[in-house]
Amino acid sequence: MSVSILDAGDAALTIEFGDAIDRGLLAAVNALDAAIARRQAEGGLAGLIETMPTFRSLTLFYDPLATGREALLAELQPLLAAAAHAAPAPGRHWRLPVCYEGEAAPDLAEVARTLEITEAELVALHSGTEYRVYMLGFLPGFPFMGDLPEKLRLPRRATPRVRVPKGSVAIATGLTAIYPWESPGGWHLLGRCPVPLFDARRDSPALLAAGDRVRFVPVGADDCRAIEAGLRRGELDPLDWLHADAGDRVMAQDGA
Amino acid sequence: MTSHAALEIVAPGAYASLQDGGRRGYRRIGVPWAGVLDPRLMRIANALAGNAEDAPVIECFDGGLQVAVRGGALRVAVAGDANVEVDGRDGRRNLPSWRSVTLAEGERLCIRRMARGRIAVVAVAGLKLPAVMGSASTYVRAGLGGLDGRALAPGMRLPVDTGDGVDRALPQPPLADAGPIRIVPGPQAGHFTDEALQTLLVSEYRVTAEADRMGIRLDGPRLAHRGAAEIVSDATVPGSIQVPGNGRPIVLLADAQTAGGYPKIATVITADLPRLASLWPGQALRFAAVTADEGASIARASEAEMRALLATIRPLLPDGVDLAVLYGANLVGGVVHALAPEYRPLPFEQAGDERSPRP
Repeated sequence: MSVSILDAGDAALTIEFGDAIDRGLLAAVNALDAAIARRQAEGGLAGLIETMPTFRSLTLFYDPLATGREALLAELQPLLAAAAHAAPAPGRHWRLPVCYEGEAAPDLAEVARTLEITEAELVALHSGTEYRVYMLGFLPGFPFMGDLPEKLRLPRRATPRVRVPKGSVAIATGLTAIYPWESPGGWHLLGRCPVPLFDARRDSPALLAAGDRVRFVPVGADDCRAIEAGLRRGELDPLDWLHADAGDRVMAQDGA
Repeated sequence: MTSHAALEIVAPGAYASLQDGGRRGYRRIGVPWAGVLDPRLMRIANALAGNAEDAPVIECFDGGLQVAVRGGALRVAVAGDANVEVDGRDGRRNLPSWRSVTLAEGERLCIRRMARGRIAVVAVAGLKLPAVMGSASTYVRAGLGGLDGRALAPGMRLPVDTGDGVDRALPQPPLADAGPIRIVPGPQAGHFTDEALQTLLVSEYRVTAEADRMGIRLDGPRLAHRGAAEIVSDATVPGSIQVPGNGRPIVLLADAQTAGGYPKIATVITADLPRLASLWPGQALRFAAVTADEGASIARASEAEMRALLATIRPLLPDGVDLAVLYGANLVGGVVHALAPEYRPLPFEQAGDERSPRP
């Protein structure tokens, strides 16, 4: 894996591991991100403000008054080689409910027709796959997840929607996502997830993080409404859908 | 001053919002920094108001902001080359910007229009706003910061914890810098033809009407991609110059999304981004290339200039008399002739503020 250092102005630089959507690149990005966080926790990398992991690169934002490109790169050098050969971290494992019915699934029928499969097959394929969160972006808390089964890959809609409802579960190209907010959007809407993906009051406002594993669990429209009501009343917590299986690194959060 | 004063928004003008230095640490979950587009104006306005340098302020564009004082006197300060008008008990009076003014109950302050640049920043002494994810900056898209995450609207009241103090002025406002906007080529300059970067550096570009806190679309010669006008999404930064398939550059600002799939030919340096953000639609600009290290040197020099400028801020007597001018005039009788019309002469004994230097 070749590593390139790209200039992003006088206050940021991008460490690029490749230019594809690929699990190996994701592992390298997440490993470097984690190594940098550990280094910072030990008091290193002074002047580094934050990092931004993407599909294939990690961007470092720094204060040019407190540090410089050369100083940061010198300290990063030993971390780069290790990251490039890192195995994927286990990642947290989520099982998120999705209603694939009725008005929650406006594009389900059309997508099934286009792919020449039944709606039931479409739901089974989409919910039968474990996805990885590649990165968050586009909107606060918006997870780009992959990879979709080959059979489900479609280009974006020719005409994007002006209004995609909050919670919509969508697919396009090789990816799937959940819209945390109402927004314009060009992906195909297969269902609705009642669990909120972003809450500024939480210590960690985004529910999902890069590297997490996600599986969708089909629920009926009534169950979906019941979950929403439970969340509103505070009887349910979004962390309830964090699945504790062997190898998960965030066992502590599973007490809820 | 009473302790229950509030500043009411009578009219917000264009894109007015509450901003501070911005929200750091959440780009990884898709939350941009937000924050003032011109941090220098925030720092000057807050220093004039007696606030911490990065306290929340009102940022407004193109004039039109109108605020009124409710429940007691309070102090506001305006940074930016704005024509300011105060509508009070004694009728209307014009006020220079780059100073603070203590407004009485019921008085209104209005940013009439901008003499230069689009942006004015109004600091309010003692303005208190809760920090949401570490910042009071409004980011409307996610309902964060400001007052309940909303843009400023008529009737909103900003709570103020007043403290006593003096009005202050910046004697020599920052000079206009008409030099080129400096950029560091990359991160994806290689996705463009060799001519594209040259074109960007030698041509004149104009700010279009599509300019807001997210970004500025520029009009000028098109920049040709070497291949597809698409990359696998990676991080954007404030100042990224992204170029979609139509070849027209877009400069991303504080509220821009944190990642994008268009190649980025270059990045505007930190020190020059506020200057670009304050250009009016239709205004022309040119770019010049620097290295990342040169950009960092410019950032350090710019910070040193800023600190020197802040150090020149000096107190005014309660009615606007400039103490330094008084000392300079070596006055005994307490009457000054050489002051600007709105600086009403005042005998020294009426200047009761403890923090004012005394003769």
